[in-house]
Amino acid sequence: MDISTTISSIKLKNPTILASGIMDEDAGSMQRIIKRGGVGAVVTKSIGLTARRGYPNPTVIELEHGILNAMGLPNPGIDHYGEEIEKIKHLQTPIIGSIYGANPDEFIELSRRMEDLDVDALELNLSCPHTKKYGLEIGCDPYLVRKITCAVKENVSIPVFIKLSPNVTSIIELAKMAEEAGADAIVAINTVKAMKINIDLRRPILSNKIGGYSGKAIMPIGVRCVYEIAENIQIPIIGVGGITTGEDAIEYFMAGASAVQIGSGVYYRGIDIFKTVCSEIENWMKKHGYKKLSDLIGVAHI
Amino acid sequence: MKHVNLPYITKITDSRIEARGIKTLLFRYPRAVDPGQFFMIWIPGVDEIPMSVSYISQDIKGITFRRVGDATTALYKLKPDDMIGIRGPYGNGFRIDGKHILFVAGGTGIATLAPAIEKAISKGIASTVVIGAKTYEEIFFEERLKNHNAKIHISTDDGSRGYKGYASDLSKQILNKKRERFNSIITCGPEPMMKKLLETCGDIPLQASLERYMKCCIGLCGQCCIGEGLRVCVEGPVFDGKTLKNIEDFGVYRRDPTGRKIRILG
Ligand SMILES: Cc1cc2nc3c(=O)[nH]c(=O)nc-3n(C[C@H](O)[C@H](O)[C@H](O)COP(=O)(O)OP(=O)(O)OC[C@H]3O[C@@H](n4cnc5c(N)ncnc54)[C@H](O)[C@@H]3O)c2cc1C
Ligand SMILES: Cc1cc2nc3c(=O)[nH]c(=O)nc-3n(C[C@H](O)[C@H](O)[C@H](O)COP(=O)(O)O)c2cc1C
Ligand code: FES
Repeated sequence: MDISTTISSIKLKNPTILASGIMDEDAGSMQRIIKRGGVGAVVTKSIGLTARRGYPNPTVIELEHGILNAMGLPNPGIDHYGEEIEKIKHLQTPIIGSIYGANPDEFIELSRRMEDLDVDALELNLSCPHTKKYGLEIGCDPYLVRKITCAVKENVSIPVFIKLSPNVTSIIELAKMAEEAGADAIVAINTVKAMKINIDLRRPILSNKIGGYSGKAIMPIGVRCVYEIAENIQIPIIGVGGITTGEDAIEYFMAGASAVQIGSGVYYRGIDIFKTVCSEIENWMKKHGYKKLSDLIGVAHI
Repeated sequence: MKHVNLPYITKITDSRIEARGIKTLLFRYPRAVDPGQFFMIWIPGVDEIPMSVSYISQDIKGITFRRVGDATTALYKLKPDDMIGIRGPYGNGFRIDGKHILFVAGGTGIATLAPAIEKAISKGIASTVVIGAKTYEEIFFEERLKNHNAKIHISTDDGSRGYKGYASDLSKQILNKKRERFNSIITCGPEPMMKKLLETCGDIPLQASLERYMKCCIGLCGQCCIGEGLRVCVEGPVFDGKTLKNIEDFGVYRRDPTGRKIRILG
């Protein structure tokens, strides 16, 4: 059974990737996910030029069908994060460096710094739904997406992935712009803008009021986005949003994803969800007569 | 009470001052909680912070805390009938077994240990307790535990009561007396103190309750991780001595809310 996959020049021994912002603030956690979790690759926390505390708590709550968070992009800044990456390089698992900035210059600086740290690819976070000046505020403007992608591509030689938000009128247009600008892959989706109000106290629970929804509830949204994007571009797609089982991952492959990322699933099924999902993928493939994962990609485009 | 990880809004039923700057709040929270576990306490409009359970009964639970910053000051001001949000309980809690346990508390650590001591005694386990504080005015829960027949030793940094020095030094003395035989040591307090205790406890199994900055408490955000990705909110906050011996950062570094390492002051 061959469940290896390739995204641009990156070869993955299996198609499961740790999503950005989950258990990736320090080397130790990523080490655990790599050694015990069985991932094909890890994405780092989204890193900026300087340290950020993020929002005050409450920053994460669980709702009936998903997880709502507004962390506010907390991170130690690229100067301090370098040592965390150094410590996991020897583990021979591809590391995808996630970065966020407020403008093309910040993205250029960060992508050069990440490349110097020897990461295998970059993921540009153009999709965080709850942080002023960053993420979605940039990632909903097709021209800015193009400008930033071009700028980064001109400055680094490692593959560049663009992570998009579903909170836009047309994710297709954004994906096309990214492809035109030379992006090597599209990552879809980031969290879905959402809110939870406590009716006893008559106020939103998250300190930032608005957050991003992830987990089981958003899976159909992610699948739809990947499907739509796949109909319109040629570069590979990494599917993310709501995956907790091998069959969920297969749905994403059929929609056109070449690999998947898992975030909230770490809560639903534990650290070794990556291993579990891989064996569930293999079981499904065996049962349905597939020998290669690549034979599944995009088959639902009928 | 369907969702464990969504704040449950409850009224404060009672509050009391335990010592200088130390207060207990009691509230209705009808979920099972074990000694050593903790809650996330939401003070609407201010913050949400982790607090160990310090009182456990069927319906009513309590927390006992020191006023140190914005959130604990806001909590300190709350009165009966004020509302707070609670989620949890989180974490693993203490393993309470054997014939004789030495409990070592530093500062507010006794808030975390008190329900464990009560449980030990109710299981017929002899309990020796070291309560360490900066000064005599900050000692609390002494009467509560005496009433349960725990054997209590007091230490203060300034010598205003009991042994003059750290709880870990007093514990060392107690451990050195051959007459005392302990099956296990359970500790909660400043990390340098717990680290010292780990270095002196020899082959007596030790359990220590750790504190790290916390956000999600459901094992996702990674903020509280130590060693090789051990989540203090899920695999902790109680770790055994064997595990702690392999964690370089124990007693040395913690991480601030940005994820940067900062030195723990000794
Ligand atoms: C598992 C656990 C159990 C705890 N149990 C108790 C207890 O029973 N009694 C008690 O008095 N204290 C306890 N604490 C410590 C308590 O959470 C802090 O004192 C409180 O958060 C301080 O908030 P503040 O805004 O008043 O102070 P600040 O001025 O904001 O901070 C003072 C200190 O508290 C720490 N702190 C602030 N926010 C958090 C957070 N979200 N998570 C962890 N640490 C934080 C800061 O890092 C700093 O070191 C516990 C902490 C943990 C992790
Ligand atoms: C607690 C939390 C923190 C996150 N932080 C980031 C981040 O820093 N950068 C980013 O690009 N996405 C971040 N995300 C989004 C995830 O990477 C992922 O796109 C989203 O959660 C959907 O996948 P899931 O349903 O598998 O969680 C975060 C999600 C969660 C739940
Ligand atoms: S507080 Fe988020 S993983 Fe522990």
